[in-house]
Amino acid sequence: MAVNQERPLAAGPGLGERIIDVTKRFFDSDIWYSFTRSPVIIVSAVITLIFVGASAFAPLVAPNNPFDLTTIDLLDSFIPPIWQDGGDARFLLGTDDQGRGILSTIIYGSRISLGVGFASVLFAMVLGISLGLISGYFGGTIDAIIMRAADVQLTFPAILIALLIDGLARAVLPRDFHSEVWFYVLVLAIGLSFWVQYARTVRGSAMVERNKEYVQAARVIGIPPFLIMLRHVLPNVMGPVLVIATINLAIAVITEATLSFLGVGVPLTSPSLGTLIRVGNDFPFSGEWWITIFPGVALAVLVLAVNLLGDWLRDALNPKLR
Amino acid sequence: MIAFVVRRLLQSIFVMLAVGFIAFSLFNYVGDPINNMVGQDTTLEQRQELRERLGLDDPFVVQYGRFLVKAVQGDFGISYRHRRPVSQLIAERMPATLELSLVAAFLALFIGVPMGVYTGLHRRGFLSQVFLTISLIGVSLPTFLIGILLILIFGVMSQDINSALGFSLLPQLPTFGRGEVTQVGWWSTGFLTQSGILALILPSITLALFQMTLIMRLVRSEMLEVLRTDYIKFARARGLTNRAVNFGHALKNTLVPVITITGLQLGSIIAFALITEQVFQWPGMGLLFIQAINEVDIPVMASYLMMIGFFFVVINLVVDLLYYVVDPRLRADRAVAAGHQ
Repeated sequence: MAVNQERPLAAGPGLGERIIDVTKRFFDSDIWYSFTRSPVIIVSAVITLIFVGASAFAPLVAPNNPFDLTTIDLLDSFIPPIWQDGGDARFLLGTDDQGRGILSTIIYGSRISLGVGFASVLFAMVLGISLGLISGYFGGTIDAIIMRAADVQLTFPAILIALLIDGLARAVLPRDFHSEVWFYVLVLAIGLSFWVQYARTVRGSAMVERNKEYVQAARVIGIPPFLIMLRHVLPNVMGPVLVIATINLAIAVITEATLSFLGVGVPLTSPSLGTLIRVGNDFPFSGEWWITIFPGVALAVLVLAVNLLGDWLRDALNPKLR
Repeated sequence: MIAFVVRRLLQSIFVMLAVGFIAFSLFNYVGDPINNMVGQDTTLEQRQELRERLGLDDPFVVQYGRFLVKAVQGDFGISYRHRRPVSQLIAERMPATLELSLVAAFLALFIGVPMGVYTGLHRRGFLSQVFLTISLIGVSLPTFLIGILLILIFGVMSQDINSALGFSLLPQLPTFGRGEVTQVGWWSTGFLTQSGILALILPSITLALFQMTLIMRLVRSEMLEVLRTDYIKFARARGLTNRAVNFGHALKNTLVPVITITGLQLGSIIAFALITEQVFQWPGMGLLFIQAINEVDIPVMASYLMMIGFFFVVINLVVDLLYYVVDPRLRADRAVAAGHQ
């Protein structure tokens, strides 16, 4: 008793020590080693971080605010990039048809693209993991129902399903309401089109884990199935899930851009990268190439960097390739 | 064999029923179909009469059954927007999409396979690295961006570049529509006129690029796998020429998964065609579908869904059956598993 009062945290080391320990283990790990050995991956990670950082702090980073109507002037429209004749020092990469600076719209656009991307991957992950765990842990009829649904959905490409859900939302929701909730509609549409991959992966691992002794032991001492799945099975299936999530982020960003390009995604009033490219594509023959090319390059670079990171993570976490 | 075919057929029918169910729910529960058909000055009695005449008061199962029977006969109702039968609209647009998709599939296959074989055989070669880099870019660039870039290069900037160089390096290619088409029966084809063929070039390359990189990577990894096997070593030990080993033995054995993937990809090519069609204003089914989504034209949306579902199911079925025919191991495994050898 006295000992306990003296050291309340006797059960383990203090929080600070634990953080230091985890950090140390991370820098000693194979993943960190493989990271420092490949310059391409370091560059990709830096690019991804720049995109994430710039979109998180967009109001501080962007040279001007493309959504602030008081600072936009129609007279500033179609200004070319700074190194061409007629360029303006205020707009490094030129302006679009409404006088918004391209660089600023790209930064704010990445914010929306990445926001939709992260949110929809998270949604797909939570949905897929839950259904996969239920399916794999309980088996039987519920497993059959979930997996047949997955089979039917896998018959169609994800973009088509996202397009359909988005179109449906447009048909069902009143127009005013839709222009308020477009973010959630998009996240729902993209997320619902990606859950199958997670569900299948998690189900496979859960079926293996279910019969292991530690799960049986947990069941014997009377822990409810929900807690067993969450605390004991889930941590053991997270590795592959994280790899899928990284690669999915790239696909989600592309899907969002494609939907916006097709005119059914993000509204014109708060443009994402795809919307910007769509806007630029309205003037392909008049020589204003910068409206399309710069957002396009930004999108391509972002997706390429995330793709490379995902590929690397898959190889680095795969013990067979070591 | 028969059990396998029957099981696959049942599965396909199940998928089609599910897709049909979604399409049917679209029809009946998104908005009021009567509202979409009549004018504002129609009285309530007239609406009720129309409702009864169209059978919209019948029980759910009866309506669903009727919908399925009509769909099988190719009757998908009348487009709210175009005021014409949807089946007619789709029949007009289908040749454009199918021609584009088939050309793209051929391009993907006949460029992707040789590139894959080359990168598989010359792993460290300079050209292989170039191909792999291109393929990585091909995977990362969204389809619509590739299309826009091609339009910019070959439609907008080609003349400037040519005059800057002093000779014509880049041809000026059409970037809009199908060019001149010829009617052969109900099928309108762009293959018979020069402008039709020229108009196909940019859209089909756009559509093919992603599938091409996919096929290339697949063939490459399969080649690498097969080249490590014992029978290839044995073939070399027998003193066969490189050519015979690489193409007669290695390539032949990589083709099974390639057939499957290419077949399955044909479906996604048809689906992805809608992005390409939007970029190049290609008058196909995809463009029709996008317009339908923007205008909430439910019959067109529902029947496009059914069409694509049907394509996918048929392609999946054919691929599975082909797989069964092409790969004898599969038959043997199943026979053993089923207990009769």
